[in-house]
Amino acid sequence: MNSPIISFQDFGFQYTAQAEPTLYGINLDIYPGEKVLVAGSSGSGKSTVASCINGLIPFAYPGQSTGKLLVDGKEVKESSIFEMSRTVGTVLQDTDGQFIGLTVGEDIAFALENECVDQEQMKLTVDEVSRLVDIDHHLQHAPHELSGGQKQRVSLAGVMVDEVKVLLFDEPLANLDPAAGKNTIELIEKVQERTEAAVIIIEHRLEDVLWRSVDRIVLMHEGRIVADQKPEELLCSSLLTEHGIREPLYLTALKYAGVTVTPGMRPAHVNSLLLSDEQKEMVKTWYQSEARSQVTPGKAEPLLQVEHLTFGYQQGKNTLEDIDFTVHKGEMISIVGRNGAGKSTLAKLVCGFELPVSGRILLEGRDLANDTIRERAERIGYVMQNPNQMISKPMIWDEVELALLKTEMTEEERRERVEETLKICGLYPFRKWPVSALSYGQKKRVTIASILVCRPQILILDEPTAGQDYFHYTEIMEFLVELNRQGYTILMVTHDMHLMLEYTPRAIVFSEGKLLADTSAAHVLNSPSLVEKANLKETSLYTLSVSCGIEDPQAFTERFIGYERKEAR
Amino acid sequence: MAKVAIMSYIRRKSLVHELTGTTKLVFFLLWSVAAMVTYDTRVLLCMLAGSYAIFKISKVRFREVRFVLGLAAVFLLMNNLFVYLFSPEYGVGLYGSRTVLLTIAGPYTITLEQLFYHFNMTMKVVCVVPVALLFIACTDPSEFAASLAGIGVSYRIGYSVSLALRYIPDVQRDFTNISQAQQARGIELSGKDKFWTRIKNSAAILLPLVLSSLNRIETVSNAMELRGFGKKAKRTWYVQRKFQKKDWIAMGLAVAIIALDLLITFWDGSRYYNPFIG
Repeated sequence: MNSPIISFQDFGFQYTAQAEPTLYGINLDIYPGEKVLVAGSSGSGKSTVASCINGLIPFAYPGQSTGKLLVDGKEVKESSIFEMSRTVGTVLQDTDGQFIGLTVGEDIAFALENECVDQEQMKLTVDEVSRLVDIDHHLQHAPHELSGGQKQRVSLAGVMVDEVKVLLFDEPLANLDPAAGKNTIELIEKVQERTEAAVIIIEHRLEDVLWRSVDRIVLMHEGRIVADQKPEELLCSSLLTEHGIREPLYLTALKYAGVTVTPGMRPAHVNSLLLSDEQKEMVKTWYQSEARSQVTPGKAEPLLQVEHLTFGYQQGKNTLEDIDFTVHKGEMISIVGRNGAGKSTLAKLVCGFELPVSGRILLEGRDLANDTIRERAERIGYVMQNPNQMISKPMIWDEVELALLKTEMTEEERRERVEETLKICGLYPFRKWPVSALSYGQKKRVTIASILVCRPQILILDEPTAGQDYFHYTEIMEFLVELNRQGYTILMVTHDMHLMLEYTPRAIVFSEGKLLADTSAAHVLNSPSLVEKANLKETSLYTLSVSCGIEDPQAFTERFIGYERKEAR
Repeated sequence: MAKVAIMSYIRRKSLVHELTGTTKLVFFLLWSVAAMVTYDTRVLLCMLAGSYAIFKISKVRFREVRFVLGLAAVFLLMNNLFVYLFSPEYGVGLYGSRTVLLTIAGPYTITLEQLFYHFNMTMKVVCVVPVALLFIACTDPSEFAASLAGIGVSYRIGYSVSLALRYIPDVQRDFTNISQAQQARGIELSGKDKFWTRIKNSAAILLPLVLSSLNRIETVSNAMELRGFGKKAKRTWYVQRKFQKKDWIAMGLAVAIIALDLLITFWDGSRYYNPFIG
């Protein structure tokens, strides 16, 4: 066996600014040509491991390390970040933020420029690498002309020009729509075949990464490695769920049906899964025994009506075209579609940030056209994706109270309203805290609280769970379900297929500025043509039900969700 | 989103566009020096004609740069006004004669000499502004950093210009998003609020904007280090264009202009062309 390209030997690390170590006793060898998935919930230390491998630790983030870390046979401490960058190529999570050049070509060439490579040679290399990642037709494009997936291709090309021995991906799926995420995983495989580099993927979205096979999964929890196994073995254990990682849906379904999953069944991928006839029968029996979940709520009165809405940022080019739909009181709806399909624009139009070219928006039957942003905000609350872009006061109380200062309310009334809102959001114990002391998920709650304080009838949330691990995802979503139960109508713009399936009975699908479908979430994901047009991804439940010979995959999915919600309670 | 960019690259095919960034920068710098040094009206008139010619060659249309030109005109007017207010007799001292045209009040009279001085001062700016504008409008932003490096500026400084160009649109987008969300919470930046409230309100937008920009900076500086930025004393440029014959000609022209300019200006031992004492 050849020697490992990366070798952690009883390695520990503590950031200078922190009281406790982030990593303890890590032992991990990664060999050339291997593909390893490092999984773990937020705070498990998986990102710190990534920073150790690419040299950001200790060169950009100082701290105290123990034990040894060898990259390509050399002790990292004695190397430099530049030397490390020749061996390890990193694709960061933020597809937009890491785009350095003004155009695609420049960005890919960046590392070569720093190496003082001759311009002619540079052009040749850029052409070659960009062909490999299929971005060669966009070399002149600026970053804002590209989709998230394309930007990621550029980042990948940018590190490949160096002929690195290790390709490191830090949460590559976090900012992509489902289909783009799928393409990324396929691309990583293609690139690895060509370059024979070791590939390390840091990600908590296990099922999406397993779309293509990996050699090993390293599971981390609270700074330690709790498992380092082949995917087949790990998937058969209960370690994943115990440590806050969601196992693939098809495996959960099999477990519900009473099927014991063994490594021999090749459970790493739903398409490779081997089921005996007996096991298929078990799945079918379970399916028939479960009642279909109730997805058709009694039609309440209409709350928000959008009629023939058309809008374009530039003349002659419509971002939204002739959109028509009605939201009823008490509904919880997902708005889905690829990046740039017009979802966020729709939210902006409803809030009055932009004005439609034609068409109407009605709230309780009244046209909103003449209402200002402020007037609309009293009835329609909008929560941005990134809480850091919304929070403008250092203290939680002040932040939540902010919107009330403009009203006629007395101090006493304001105090009562803020207290009540903080209680609804589970933030009352923190009312005297500074915002900076909160976690990302808690900040998200603060932003929701700061909107709820106006008692709007509708809440519109942009990607409420983006970048959250399973634990925080569940926390946020259960909170929203609770709000919904209290009578708030909720619209969510999302890329998360699980969210849509599990929490919202109804989904509105956008594609290229048009409303493609307005139907049940389960129906959307079980309809291959919709899935393709809207850049979504069919769930593995669909594939599983087909391979078990169940005629109605949609019913299967609905039953699964129904069962899951029953179990959860 | 509304286009906020006041001045940006205008892609077109023209002789000016085809020159390398370095050439344009050198030309612009020499041209400015030439205009700043001289007060010789004859030279300035020639340069003005030259400015106009270059503008024509560049195929940039007047209306595309109208806004910036207007802005420059306003500043020029104010500059003239202040010069007059503080030293209304400057021209008299300079040219050694005094031809009063009009008396306003107290020390403020209008003399032919003062007017001539203002005319020259204005001409200098009028000569430089179009060339400066063209440097910005006809240089591909990608080439800025390379052209700065071309005249010996450290590539780190050059690259920070480039990064600013890269991230300004992103920060603008953040700003729009943040201010819209804050408006929904009753924080208005425009309109009816008192001045002081508006200042306080803008803080509510600035805090999140600064925080998110700091985040961007951290990401991009990590990304740059991970790809070896700053490793060597020099670097090459993907977009840099090769020097061609026309670049050498343009640079030669610039040198000739400044030489001629100095020669004519200092021929008679003074920077000022004086028509009053013949």
